[in-house]
Amino acid sequence: MEQAEKIQSIVERYSSGKSSLIAVMQDVAQEFGYLPEEVLQDVARRIEVPISTFYSLATFYKSFRLEPIGRKHVCVCVGTACHVRGAERVVDTLERELQIRAGETTKDGNYTLETVNCLGACALGPLVTVNGEYFGKIDQKKTARLLKQLRSQVEADGGEAGAADGGAS
Amino acid sequence: MARITIDGKSLEFGEELTVLEAARGLKIKIPTLCYNEYMTPYGGCRICLVEAAAGAAPDRRRLIAACSAPAEDGMVVVTDSQRVLEARRFIAELLLSRCPDSEAIRTMAREMGVEPGSQNLDAVGHYLLERAPERRETNCILCGLCVRVCQQIPQRFALSFKDRGIVRTVTPPFEKAAEACVGCGSCAYVCPTRTITVEEAG
Amino acid sequence: MKITPADLEAIRGRMEPLLAPRSDHREDAGRGKRLDLLVCAGTGCVSNNSLKVKTALEKELEKHQLQDDIRVITTGCNGFCANGPIVVVKPDDIFYQLLTEEDVPHLVEEHFLKGRPVERLMYRLAENDAPIPRMREIPFFGKQQLIALANRGLVDPENIDEYIGLGGYRALAKALTGMTPEAVIQEIKASGLRGRGGAGFPTGRKWEFCRNAPGEEKYIICNADEGDPGAFMDRSIVESDPHALLEGMLIGARAIGARHGFIYIRGEYPLALERLTQAIEQAHDYGLLGEDILGTGFSFEITVSKGAGAFVCGEETSLIGSLEGKLPEPRVRPPFPAQSGYMGKPTNINNVETWANVPHIINRGAAWFSSIGTESSKGTKVFSLVGKVVNTGLVEVPMGISMREIVFDIGGGIPDGKKFKAVQTGGPSGGCIPESLLDTPVDYESLAQAGSIMGSGGMIVMDENNCMVEVARYFVSFTQEESCGKCSPCREGTWHMKNILTDITEGKGREGDLELLEKMGRLIKDTALCGLGNTAPNPVLTTIRYFREEYEAHIRDKRCPAGVCKALIRYLIDPEKCTGCQACFKNCPVNCIAGERKKVHVIDQSRCIKCGMCHSVCNFDAVRIE
Repeated sequence: MEQAEKIQSIVERYSSGKSSLIAVMQDVAQEFGYLPEEVLQDVARRIEVPISTFYSLATFYKSFRLEPIGRKHVCVCVGTACHVRGAERVVDTLERELQIRAGETTKDGNYTLETVNCLGACALGPLVTVNGEYFGKIDQKKTARLLKQLRSQVEADGGEAGAADGGAS
Repeated sequence: MARITIDGKSLEFGEELTVLEAARGLKIKIPTLCYNEYMTPYGGCRICLVEAAAGAAPDRRRLIAACSAPAEDGMVVVTDSQRVLEARRFIAELLLSRCPDSEAIRTMAREMGVEPGSQNLDAVGHYLLERAPERRETNCILCGLCVRVCQQIPQRFALSFKDRGIVRTVTPPFEKAAEACVGCGSCAYVCPTRTITVEEAG
Repeated sequence: MKITPADLEAIRGRMEPLLAPRSDHREDAGRGKRLDLLVCAGTGCVSNNSLKVKTALEKELEKHQLQDDIRVITTGCNGFCANGPIVVVKPDDIFYQLLTEEDVPHLVEEHFLKGRPVERLMYRLAENDAPIPRMREIPFFGKQQLIALANRGLVDPENIDEYIGLGGYRALAKALTGMTPEAVIQEIKASGLRGRGGAGFPTGRKWEFCRNAPGEEKYIICNADEGDPGAFMDRSIVESDPHALLEGMLIGARAIGARHGFIYIRGEYPLALERLTQAIEQAHDYGLLGEDILGTGFSFEITVSKGAGAFVCGEETSLIGSLEGKLPEPRVRPPFPAQSGYMGKPTNINNVETWANVPHIINRGAAWFSSIGTESSKGTKVFSLVGKVVNTGLVEVPMGISMREIVFDIGGGIPDGKKFKAVQTGGPSGGCIPESLLDTPVDYESLAQAGSIMGSGGMIVMDENNCMVEVARYFVSFTQEESCGKCSPCREGTWHMKNILTDITEGKGREGDLELLEKMGRLIKDTALCGLGNTAPNPVLTTIRYFREEYEAHIRDKRCPAGVCKALIRYLIDPEKCTGCQACFKNCPVNCIAGERKKVHVIDQSRCIKCGMCHSVCNFDAVRIE
């Protein structure tokens, strides 16, 4: 489907206008991987809601991104239960190895690192998800192993290899 | 008719009224920053806090924002209790800590007895004005008046908030000049700290 | 196919023999009768491959031609996620945990063919390693009293017939055909049910306000935003028994006079969302949602809205703002949502757990419900007991039970022989309960008196290796990040508190900082616009109240007694224990450890970044923190 068609089909899914703005943006994010500016402008025109409304909502909520996401979307749960079991160390390790801070994407576009405030799987903490897959009871040792796994996956997929190419985009 | 009492003075009213409007009707001054009589109230800056249920037991008294609190029959309000003055000073200190260069905030703070470097700053004031990380990037106090005026008067929606919390800013969409802006200058006009300027863009 | 109350009974009758093994009343357990294998398929167990275990069980049973006598059913979250995958064998009530696909052939052969339950796969008590075969004899489960979670682990949440078979929608039929809306409200009032989302406002009264508010158009909302980190009660209810929520909302809508309801659910709960959506569809198919429900003329629709990552949306006026497509910024109250809520119409918002209690109250009566709990806090409460505790998971207990009983009898105490330090309740709005207050009864008033709050039910247990200053810093950082930014005290004030606390954890604290935090905290509480800001200082204030010496150690002595704050600790290798295995040397990210094979290793303190990797990889406990 052409981009314009995709956008139209998303807009048509929601008849209740203003109260579905979040849902519309969630569908756009699902379709395009993030919220591209020109798509939001298009949606704003079709629904007849000011673009500034979309912009303020898109930047308010943590789950919306205005930039493309990396190949591997790595989320570390920093909810209380995970925190008291050492989730911060896991974040530190990932930030150090990937050479980016939480909330950033590596220059090569391979990794996006985020912290999430509680995935509700507290008994499995600390918890990391990669592209939606859960890795529970993680510690620094397991984090190092997970990273190794991810790096070889990225390389196999044709992405640039190694931390040498890290650093925020 | 309903009746509200502010600082001992009573006002009878029939229509819907906020505590701030009632106070103004009684010629009682309450400081404001994010309030403008031509727009819907916001209740964000908290400088207009006054104490309600002032005559009641301590756990029933509470601070309310005068600009957005509806006046109710039998309400008893004070605008100058110790609790109110402390709260007001705190807000002034927070805003001054955020925008030390703003003339408007400095003046307002001075009126409340808040002066950087002065001897009568308590632990909180001392921290906020002497120890807290220095911030001088902006005089914007995020009162939202510019956003609201653009939405409600020319109704162009050219400005909005970006992000939330301490990193929040006011900006046109995607931080580029807004197509919707018609250059009316309302935003600059209502800004309490003169942070916004309107320029020719050809 | 739209059903009538008579149809409900017919379905119930049809399901009875199928559900028989799961009924509590069966005495003739085992002995060649049918078995139901209840495989937990909550988020936790699924991410531990419980669905693979399910498939393996089905295959193995087929291999032995047992599939007609032994059914495999997937159920929702049992609330014991750290021990998953879990399978419960009914009617024997045999509990298996930590199952893998590889265990399945042996399990099937031993238990189902030869009648010998497998001890190796059972729950074992920490003290003596004794296996406990029956689920209700495991203290974690046996000491709970399930109301909101009554069907968890029993019902297949993806099958509405099972819910009906277990008695579901009977309360709805009663409320629609045998009670007036006012009578329903009276029953809820009499039960003493209070909001389970945290505020604890009497539910019946809240419904009454909304019902009595002027206007024909009314709404009800379910707050499933569950933003408190460490809390997953609502996730569990929605995953394991979504119809309980729907039934509660239907009854509430009838009582209040609402025709439309919203369920606002956190975006971070994909499985719960899936189960909920499916349940709504199935309810629709039976005409239990939509027009003319059960032929009574009552109509009700539900819209599900997904959150997008903002804790403040748990605040009811923000939630309403979010549903209206606005920025989720809290609004001034009055007016309260019961008078003017969604789109300015009277709206009643309740938490998931509150709604889930409603069908039970209607079925069994207010007198029954109010006989449980304490004078002011009736019924039960679901808690997520997590952190440094042996049995982590969800527990539903009667109000008034002591904290000690929850942490030690049900939770099994602190693992690894460590000492209990505190339990945090109420999430970022709450406070910590120290050891001296462990006998505090868990009810709204007692917790408030201790300086904390009930909150939504998160209970985070901490031990001697948790630093309370760091915990306070963590909570304030959380609220600071989630602050919407509308009001100055919260936006600016929490940022300052976070900075002061960070300084203290980095050894930069100054004399007078505690008084500063206490004063600033009280001012923020007094001036903030909404509950997020009003309660943000609570974790700081309670930790200062109960752990002042720990703060003082950080400020005066630049020391972190718990060994947590990086700037105040050192990692040292104990020469007595080091075997020279080189594990730390190989894993140190900054190569600051020197040592040859079989020789004692040494950390260069000037280059150590305190990442803790060496401590993590050492198998000989040779890395000390001081």
